Amino acid sequence: MTWRGRLLIAVPYVWLLVLFLVPFGIVLKISLSDIALAIPPYTPTMKDGLWAMLSGLDFENYAFIGAGAVVAGFAGLILCIAMYRIVFPRIRRAMLPDTATTVFDTAAAALTALAVAIVNVAVVVAVLAFVLPALSDFVDVPDFLYFAAYLSSLKIAAISTFLTLLIGYPVAYGMARAAQHWRPTLLMLVILPFWTSFLIRVYAWIGILSTEGYLNQLLLSLGVISAPLSILNTPVAVYIGIVYTYLPFMVLPIYAALEKMDDSLVEAAEDLGCTALSAFWLVTAPLSKPGVIAGCFLVFIPTLGEFVIPSLLGGSDTLMIGKVLWEEFFNNRDWPVASAVAVILLMILIIPIVLFQRNEQKQRELDG
Amino acid sequence: MRRFSWFNATSLTFGFAFLYLPMLILIIYSFNESRLVTVWAGFSTKWYGELFQNEQFLDAAWVTLKVAFWSSTVATVLGTLAAYIMVRAGRFRGRGLFSGMIYAPLVMPEVITGLSLLLFFIAIGLDRGVLTIVLAHTTFSMCYVSVVVTSRLVSFDRSLEEAALDLGCTPFDAFRSVTLPIIMPAVISGWLLAFTLSLDDLVIASFTSGPSSTTLPIKIFSAVRLGVTPEINALSTIMIGLVTLGVISASLVSRATAKKERA
Repeated sequence: MTWRGRLLIAVPYVWLLVLFLVPFGIVLKISLSDIALAIPPYTPTMKDGLWAMLSGLDFENYAFIGAGAVVAGFAGLILCIAMYRIVFPRIRRAMLPDTATTVFDTAAAALTALAVAIVNVAVVVAVLAFVLPALSDFVDVPDFLYFAAYLSSLKIAAISTFLTLLIGYPVAYGMARAAQHWRPTLLMLVILPFWTSFLIRVYAWIGILSTEGYLNQLLLSLGVISAPLSILNTPVAVYIGIVYTYLPFMVLPIYAALEKMDDSLVEAAEDLGCTALSAFWLVTAPLSKPGVIAGCFLVFIPTLGEFVIPSLLGGSDTLMIGKVLWEEFFNNRDWPVASAVAVILLMILIIPIVLFQRNEQKQRELDG
Repeated sequence: MRRFSWFNATSLTFGFAFLYLPMLILIIYSFNESRLVTVWAGFSTKWYGELFQNEQFLDAAWVTLKVAFWSSTVATVLGTLAAYIMVRAGRFRGRGLFSGMIYAPLVMPEVITGLSLLLFFIAIGLDRGVLTIVLAHTTFSMCYVSVVVTSRLVSFDRSLEEAALDLGCTPFDAFRSVTLPIIMPAVISGWLLAFTLSLDDLVIASFTSGPSSTTLPIKIFSAVRLGVTPEINALSTIMIGLVTLGVISASLVSRATAKKERA
C-alpha cells in the first residue's frame, strides 16, 4: 500500500481512535477513581504512573452500584447458553432418538427457560443476601437504587418493545398490502416522523397527557370519565412516549421483510386448505421473522439507555438508568459513579448488540 | 394479487393517526391566541412574533445551525472516506477495530457517548464551547454517513472506476470524476442525515456544551421541563415545517435521479 493510501486510512481512523475509543478509556479510568470535591470532581489516579494507578484502583463505585446485578446477569447468560447448547440437545437425544415432535421441543424450551429463570433469581437473592452484607464492612452499600434502575430499565424496554411490535406489525402489514403506487407515499409518511425532532415529538405528548391536557378534555366532554385521569408523570406516559418515538424503527424493518415476500406462497397455502388466519401464521409470520427480530432490537437497544422520554414524561419514581446517569452527573456531580453506571450499562448492552449483529449477518448471508 | 382488507385499512388509519395527531395538535395550538395552551381562544400568530423577539432563542438557534453545518460537513467528508476505505481498501492492519469503531456509535446510548466525550475534553483541557459540540457531533454522525455511503458504494459497478484508471486517470482523478458523481446522492443524503441528527441532539450537546454555547434543544428542554408554552409550540411548528419541506424535496430529488438513471 502506498503512503498516500495509508494517509487516507489514517484520517478517519485517528479521528475515531481519539474521539471514540480514548474517551471510553477515560470513562473506565474515572469509574475506578474516588470522588473529590473539586473541578473536575474526581481524583485522577493515573498521574503518578501506572503502578500507583493500579494499586490505587478503587472498585467501590461498582460495589456501590450493586455488583450483584452484573454477577447475576452473567451467571444467567452463561447458564442460558449451557442449557440451550449442551443440556437441552442431550435430553432430546436421550428421549427421542429419531422422530422429533414440536410439542416436545416447545415444552422442553419452556422448562429450560423456567429453570434458567429460577436459577437466575436464586443467584440474585444469594448475591443480595450474602455478598453485599459482606462487602458492607468495606464500603457503605446504600439502597439498591442502581440495581433497581437497571432492572426497571430492562422491564420498561422489554414491555415497550413488545407494545411497539403489537402496534407496528399491523401497520407494516397494511403498508405491504397496499397498492404498489401508494407504497412510496406510505413509506415516506413513516420516515417523516423519524426525521422530525425527537424532543418535539416527546414534547407534543406533554400537552396531550397532562391533567388539563387535550385527552382529558376530550374524555371529560364526551362523558367517558368524570374526573381527569393523571397519566403524565406515570409509567404509562413513558410507555406511550417510547412506543410513539420508536414506532418507525419497528415498522421499517418489518415492512422491508414483508414487502419482498412472495405472495404466491400465501395463495398456495390457501389453495391447500388453510384459512386466511392459519396461512398468516404458517407462512407470513415466519417469513417476516427477521424483520421482527431486527425491529425489536432497534427498539430495545436505544430504549435501555433512554433519557429524554423518562425525564419529560415519567415521574420522579420512574427509574431508568439513563436518567440516573444524568442526575448522578449533573445534579450530584458524582463523576466516578456516573462513569461506573455507564460502564455497566455498556456491559449489559453488549449482549443484545452482539445478538443483533448476528441476526443481521445471518440475513445478509441468506440474501447474498 | 395482494388483497387489501378492512383490517389493513383500519390498522393503517390508526397507525398514522397515532403518528401524526400529536404533531397536528401541536401545530394547531401554536396559532392559539391564549397563553393557556389547552384552551382555544381564536387564531393568532403572535407567538411567532414573540419567538422572534426572544434573543435567547435566536442565539441558541444560531449556535445550533452553526454546529449542525460544520459537524455535518466534516462528518460527510470523514464518513465518505471511511466508507470508501471499508469497501475498497481490502485488508489492512486494524480493519476489525476500524469497522467496530464505525458501527459502535450507532448503537451506543447517547448518555454514554456524551459522558465519555466530556470527560475526554476535560482530560485534555479543551474548554467546552461550539468547537467541542462540533467535534462530538461529527464523531457520531460520521458513522451514519458512512453507513449510508457504504450501501451505495457496494452496489455500484467497480469496472467504471477501473476503466478510468486504465485510461490514465490517477486514483484521485478517478475518484473525483467517476466515483464521486455516482455516489453523490448518498453523500447528500448522508449530509442531510448528519445535519438533522445534529439539530436534534439534546443529550450529547448537553454534556459537551459550555455556558456560552447553548443549543436550541438544550434551550427547549429546559423550557419544556416547566410545562407547555405557546412559544415552544410555535418553535416546534417551525422546525416540523422545515423538516417536512426538507424530506419532501429530498425525496423528490432522489426520485428524479432514480428516473434519470433508469432512462
